[in-house]
Amino acid sequence: MNKNNKMRLVCIGNGMAGMRALEELLKIAPDLYDITVFGAEPHPNYNRILLSPVLAGEQTLKEIVLNDLGWYQSNNITLHLGKKITAIDRVKRVVRAEDGTVAEYDRLLLATGSNPILLPIPGMKLPGVLTYRDIADTEGMIAASSQYKNAVVIGGGLLGLEAANGLKLRGMNVTVIHLADWLMERQLDRTASQLLQASLEKKGLQFRLSAQTEELVAGESGRVAAVRLKGGETIAAELVVVAVGIRPNTELAEKAGLHCSRGVVVSDTMQTYDPRIYAVGECANHRGIAYGLVAPLFDMAKVCANHLALYGIGRYTGSLTSTKLKVTGIDLFSAGNFLGDDGSEDITLSDPIGGVYKRLVIKDDKLIGSVLYGDTVDGAYYFKLLREGRKVSDIRDKLMFGESNLGDAGHQGQNKAAAMSDDMEVCGCNGVCKGTIVKAIKEKGLFTLDDVRKQTKASSSCGSCTGLVEQILMFTAGGDYSASPKVKPICGCTDHTHAEVRQAIRDHELLTIPAVMKFLEWRTPNGCASCRPAINYYLLSTWPHRAKDDPQSRYINERAHANIQKDSTYSVIPRMWGGVTTADELRRIANVVDKYKIPTVKVTGGQRIDLLGVKKEDLPAVWRDLDMPSGHAYAKALRTVKTCVGSEWCRFGVQDSTKMGQDLERGLWRMYAPHKVKLAVSGCPRNCAESGIKDVGVIGVDSGWEIYVAGNGGIKTEVAQFLVKVKTAGEVMEYSSAFLQLYREEGWYLERTVHYINRVGLDYVKQRILDDEANRKALYERLQFALKDEPDPWADRVAGADRAQFEPIKPVAATAGVTA
Amino acid sequence: MNAWLKVCALEDIPQLGSRVVQREGQSDVAIFRTSEDTVFALEDKCPHKGGALSQGIVCGNKVACPLHNWNIALETGCAIAPDEGSTKTWPVKIEDGFVLLALPVAAHA
Ligand code: SRM
Ligand SMILES: Cc1cc2nc3c(=O)[nH]c(=O)nc-3n(C[C@H](O)[C@H](O)[C@H](O)COP(=O)(O)OP(=O)(O)OC[C@H]3O[C@@H](n4cnc5c(N)ncnc54)[C@H](O)[C@@H]3O)c2cc1C
Ligand code: SF4
Ligand code: FES
Repeated sequence: MNKNNKMRLVCIGNGMAGMRALEELLKIAPDLYDITVFGAEPHPNYNRILLSPVLAGEQTLKEIVLNDLGWYQSNNITLHLGKKITAIDRVKRVVRAEDGTVAEYDRLLLATGSNPILLPIPGMKLPGVLTYRDIADTEGMIAASSQYKNAVVIGGGLLGLEAANGLKLRGMNVTVIHLADWLMERQLDRTASQLLQASLEKKGLQFRLSAQTEELVAGESGRVAAVRLKGGETIAAELVVVAVGIRPNTELAEKAGLHCSRGVVVSDTMQTYDPRIYAVGECANHRGIAYGLVAPLFDMAKVCANHLALYGIGRYTGSLTSTKLKVTGIDLFSAGNFLGDDGSEDITLSDPIGGVYKRLVIKDDKLIGSVLYGDTVDGAYYFKLLREGRKVSDIRDKLMFGESNLGDAGHQGQNKAAAMSDDMEVCGCNGVCKGTIVKAIKEKGLFTLDDVRKQTKASSSCGSCTGLVEQILMFTAGGDYSASPKVKPICGCTDHTHAEVRQAIRDHELLTIPAVMKFLEWRTPNGCASCRPAINYYLLSTWPHRAKDDPQSRYINERAHANIQKDSTYSVIPRMWGGVTTADELRRIANVVDKYKIPTVKVTGGQRIDLLGVKKEDLPAVWRDLDMPSGHAYAKALRTVKTCVGSEWCRFGVQDSTKMGQDLERGLWRMYAPHKVKLAVSGCPRNCAESGIKDVGVIGVDSGWEIYVAGNGGIKTEVAQFLVKVKTAGEVMEYSSAFLQLYREEGWYLERTVHYINRVGLDYVKQRILDDEANRKALYERLQFALKDEPDPWADRVAGADRAQFEPIKPVAATAGVTA
Repeated sequence: MNAWLKVCALEDIPQLGSRVVQREGQSDVAIFRTSEDTVFALEDKCPHKGGALSQGIVCGNKVACPLHNWNIALETGCAIAPDEGSTKTWPVKIEDGFVLLALPVAAHA
């Protein structure tokens, strides 16, 4: 402890991992520690991976600073720049720098990164021989390029190629020497690599593959002048960049007696063998892996910060990584096991003339790896499939053509973020242009999709532009950082997932929101606008008639039982069973419109009538005068059951779809669900009620009814999948109810049926509903039980329930006392 | 000069909820009550596009606007970063179980 009773945290290494961990820590426990940072480099924390764009002349050093000196100051961090720590005394808990500076610690964070590997050949120490790791190296290369003509880069991996590209752009003759027989063999298969080599050759780079360097030869001035290969060839070079790999920088840790083995060995809590000492980033070895990319260190930093903050929640369980080469004009992406192995299959697309090559590696019905060259739009999508381990059998035939071919409407269909100009709109919901996003990423140092959503609102509403935003992130910040952990917490208030919260509510009979938050150790006093509605739904759907609804945890529409509009008036959509109405209902609607001066009357896309612009205080009276049931157009609940005229009138109709639809609607209305639920019934396969894009779609055929599930007509059009064919109307009711109850019990809040089925698989749903009759009946019964006595919310409010929210308070006479 | 106006009993506002005070010819005031029974008074108008904050979800000392989910600090009326902007606040207090709101007297003369 120090004088002001704070613990002392010392961080060794002022790089990306260390500072990210501190940022995360300051977010959740800003006052817990007195923090001291030692950095061997004389610069504040910068984005190392953007050194390549700096070398290529596309960005400046100033632009890649992540945290300027002001950041350290405003967070009271003592910063020692240009001071390398040379010793850790674990007994006295003090670290010592080269220049004698010492600092005591209660917790120590090692974030020393890695060192470039040097070659055991003569001449490595000559002037003009550099590695590629930091600003000093980059400045050295830039300086050399203005004085000298010939450069050799040893190593044809990611770093080597980016260095070679930068030096070429700065006007040098560049030859890349590579030991393996194809470039980037750790990230690419041979075919993709050959395409890459061809495009780099077009840019003017030269290559020597399967070549081994034997010696760096000095010239008269003492500076390096040539590289001699095994076999005798000599290549002129006044600049040699060695980029043959990295090795975790563990020198200091080893000297201090910490267990190291290709990295400082850490546990899932990022602790080293000395529990006071943590390690994050490239210097750490977690479960046998020392990562050499940025994405993992974000996850590590989060976990580490959580434990440093004494919350003790969260484990780091490893990361899947993907690679992208930052050479402008070359699109390349690889992830996972892209070479495949025994038992894996490939789907490939190869267009050598067009310069496009794609390979998807599939094993056990899952995508396990992918290489994309020339067209990487779907990289983020494949990476997501890979991370989630989603079964792909149902989308296999379309997989190669990417996400946009799985049925995307509602979006202008831009698919190449790089080709967009700054003023083009990326997010149609929030009107965010590409330039705004790029600016925010650069100025605020954003890395993750979540950051971009928060700062710019792009992709934060309907989400259909997520892929584009991810692409913009990739080439602006220089990598794919969106590798969020596989399990996603409900929101920032907790580390628990939807599944865990549901489970806890069921297993421990939790009945109120405060009970859930207490039991699961919520971090915020009463949650947020994301988690509270979710928990409220889980409680009600798990314990019908037992858990009590909490109106304050419902979004305003469900609290007011009407949809809020942009001017804070409301819309009222009464139920019209199956889209059928009467003269009497229409007369009442007309009278209400006149009496309450309702500005707009509109026929909705759901076969009923919307009254728009109603004042909140008028709502109960409007409902009373309408004397029609609530249409729940405002709720995560059963919305409409669309019908066509069917056999009663239509010359093609084979079933009475109108009656079927009305029966379904009467049977299911007042049913709350994870998201809204829409049904449709058509009287013949011409399908005029559009049953193919509904959560449950029913189509009458001569011999009975076909039931389709998990269609969606909104943001992303998804065609419903065939579930079963049945004979009677009673069966339609039973099977549809069972499916919807399964979704009610297992769907995550705000997950529509299509997303639910994508997660669990149609086979699973068939198993639970078709193959298991007892279970189907039980599901049906449980839904009946939940709906029993569920009131019509409008009728309740007409009768006086919950009146206060509709009654504004009028100013009251002043009481005694006058304030200044 | 401001005068304390009697608004309603504390019980008339739900915890984590709000009530709207209407003023003749002037904008509405939203009175919020937190889970700790602290009360706040803000102009019922989101600094973003004028959404009625009274209709939002209250969490801690913040309210999430119902229209586009900006978070507004109840104490200061300021939008929580990264959003920017602020809405007016008025002094408010609880006395003998009643909520008192300080508004300019002229408006009610
Ligand atoms: C009124 C209506 C438009 C119209 O004038 O026709 C409408 C209006 C709204 N829709 Fe819709 N949708 C309406 C039919 C639809 C349909 C068509 C249908 O139901 O047959 C769809 C596509 C079908 C589907 O849902 O699969 C549709 C897909 C959406 C979506 C995207 C849902 C998705 O999962 O992709 C949203 C956004 C959301 O729910 O998050 C949405 C959201 C909204 C909201 C609630 C936006 C909002 O939060 O304020 C609008 C409310 C306006 C209001 O206050 O009344 N609306 N919306 C339609 C009401 C139907 C009804 O009678 O209840
Ligand atoms: C040119 C280049 C391009 C890259 N491109 C990509 C890419 O496209 N995508 C990607 O994901 N990753 C890329 N990387 C890798 C990425 O930069 C690293 O994974 C990341 O920087 C690791 O962070 P770190 O904090 O562990 O290490 P670093 O960022 O290296 O930070 C470690 C810091 O600790 C300091 N230090 C070390 N020892 C001491 C000591 N004893 N005392 C004081 N300070 C010390 C070092 O000086 C250094 O500043 C690239 C790297 C380079 C060099
Ligand atoms: S009604 Fe639906 S499509 Fe029309 S603006 Fe509103 S959300 Fe968008
Ligand atoms: S009006 Fe409040 S967030 Fe837009």
